[in-house]
Amino acid sequence: MQKTKRNTFTAADCLLCTLALLLALGLCVLLGSEPLALRDMADALRSMLTGGEPPIPYIASILSRRIQRSLCAALTGASLSLCGAAMQGLLRNPLADGSTLGVSTGASLGAVAAMAFGITVPGVPYAGTMVTAMAFAFGSLLLILGLAYALDRSFSTHSIILIGMIYSMFASALINLVINFSGEKIKSITFWTMGSLADSMYRDVLILLMALAVCGTVLLFSSRALNAFALGEDNARHVGVNVKAVKLTVLIAVSVLIGVCVSIGGTIGFVGLVMPHIARMLVGPNHRRLLPVSLFSGAIFLLLADLIARTLLGSRQLPIGVVTSLAGAVTFVVIFYRTGKAGNKRC
Amino acid sequence: MLTGSHITVRYGDFPAVDDVSFSLEAGQWLMLAGPNGAGKSTLVEAVAQGVPYDGKILLDGRDLRALKPAQRAREIGVLSQRNAAAYAFTVEEVAELGRYAHRSGPFSPGSPRDREMVDRALEMTGMQSLRRASMLTLSGGEAQRAFLSQVFAQDPRVLILDEPANHLDLKYQRQIFTLIREWLNAPGRAVLSVVHDLSLARRWGTHALLMDRGKCVCRGEIGKVLTKENLRAVYGMDVYAWMRETLSAWQE
Repeated sequence: MQKTKRNTFTAADCLLCTLALLLALGLCVLLGSEPLALRDMADALRSMLTGGEPPIPYIASILSRRIQRSLCAALTGASLSLCGAAMQGLLRNPLADGSTLGVSTGASLGAVAAMAFGITVPGVPYAGTMVTAMAFAFGSLLLILGLAYALDRSFSTHSIILIGMIYSMFASALINLVINFSGEKIKSITFWTMGSLADSMYRDVLILLMALAVCGTVLLFSSRALNAFALGEDNARHVGVNVKAVKLTVLIAVSVLIGVCVSIGGTIGFVGLVMPHIARMLVGPNHRRLLPVSLFSGAIFLLLADLIARTLLGSRQLPIGVVTSLAGAVTFVVIFYRTGKAGNKRC
Repeated sequence: MLTGSHITVRYGDFPAVDDVSFSLEAGQWLMLAGPNGAGKSTLVEAVAQGVPYDGKILLDGRDLRALKPAQRAREIGVLSQRNAAAYAFTVEEVAELGRYAHRSGPFSPGSPRDREMVDRALEMTGMQSLRRASMLTLSGGEAQRAFLSQVFAQDPRVLILDEPANHLDLKYQRQIFTLIREWLNAPGRAVLSVVHDLSLARRWGTHALLMDRGKCVCRGEIGKVLTKENLRAVYGMDVYAWMRETLSAWQE
């Protein structure tokens, strides 16, 4: 049954993934609710690259918006999917992810509170929302894992998911409470909570890129330790993994990434849950392949989801979180039933 | 080579292991025996640094607590009772993880020595033909042999086993214990294991430590520890006769 002998992510794999990503990226820049002629777009792109005056300024501005938005979608998808893969390995739990564990909702709570109460970091614009979201993501993760651990030392799938769900409901209730008291900001906050990349800017792209570069490297460096964790925390300790250090590092990296993603695009569910599953079907559970493949597939998935979100209803935009949740939930149910059936056969 | 002195492990106020000392020399197979709740598994967990304990455990005079996780893993390997894979790792990938503590960097492809150790471990456990099989498709005995090849690939000097064959059929129990006996034949190695089945302990062990309610009742050469009187005192019934009877089943 084993299709592949390699256990590393080779240069050829990397090239293939990059090509697929560029293809998706190109598609997202070229297509949109506004049909544009290829030649006009080429002219506009040339002028953007050379810094000259665009022949039709309005096309250049549309393209520029599409590029910013698509880059944001790709980076967010890559980050969320990578986080999901890392958490599923660390907790040895195929259902773990920012949205099922309630980490995303926790980060949203932080971001909403920062927006409503005007929490800022002096001197650094926009950092208030982001830092609060990260802190809340990390706090939520610690709380959920602490509660799950107290309930059941083995971190069984069901107890973690159950506690994550309860925590999500609790955090959602708090979000609604905060929104209720947020006065005139109520509209913008409500729209933000639905998850949208419509207002992405190059600033967001830069922040996402930096977060992914740093945290992604940390996670990729942990891939061998994550393999050991995926066989059980005891097994990891026995083969010589510094269990506490790796766990803390991975959880911090995941919280930072989810915090950044949530503060920029709102809660975008199911990417981190579903994409690592699909990546695992493609290349197996070894994290040295799984993490990079999850990263690329997450990017491609969110690019396509965003394309659907902004083109499906013509000029009317759908929140991207709605698209990913709809597509993701269906995929998830299919995977869940398939693995459940396979599991029953094994018993 | 491995000595434990005055080890106490408390769960809350309850001492699961109460002032137990032991020593293990190269070539020895020390069996921890005793009824349920005697503290056998807790004691090996302490040796594996899985629970906090009072007292000292020394490996060639070095305190185990002072060793880094990777250093410790190069000296001590652990095979536990239940090992269940959640993902479709291959047998080979599981065995390769045994080399974790020997690798230099996170992306190091593995030295020829790493590959050689993995090959040899898979060969010893008879898992060569299944090396590309998914862990999810293996039987209980095969899965435990896969984890045994992991711990062989790890190449430790001391092997710690917590009921390694507990849930396996007699045939596989004997297979696992025979493999460990072969491993122990190389010089400078020792085994510390928890076994429930006294006849297994008597058949494979060289030394024994009999425990009851957290305390050490008796320790020394296996024949002198697993006596009729000692066992009656600990178990409160005649398990000795039963042990003698099943013992014959383990001899070929």
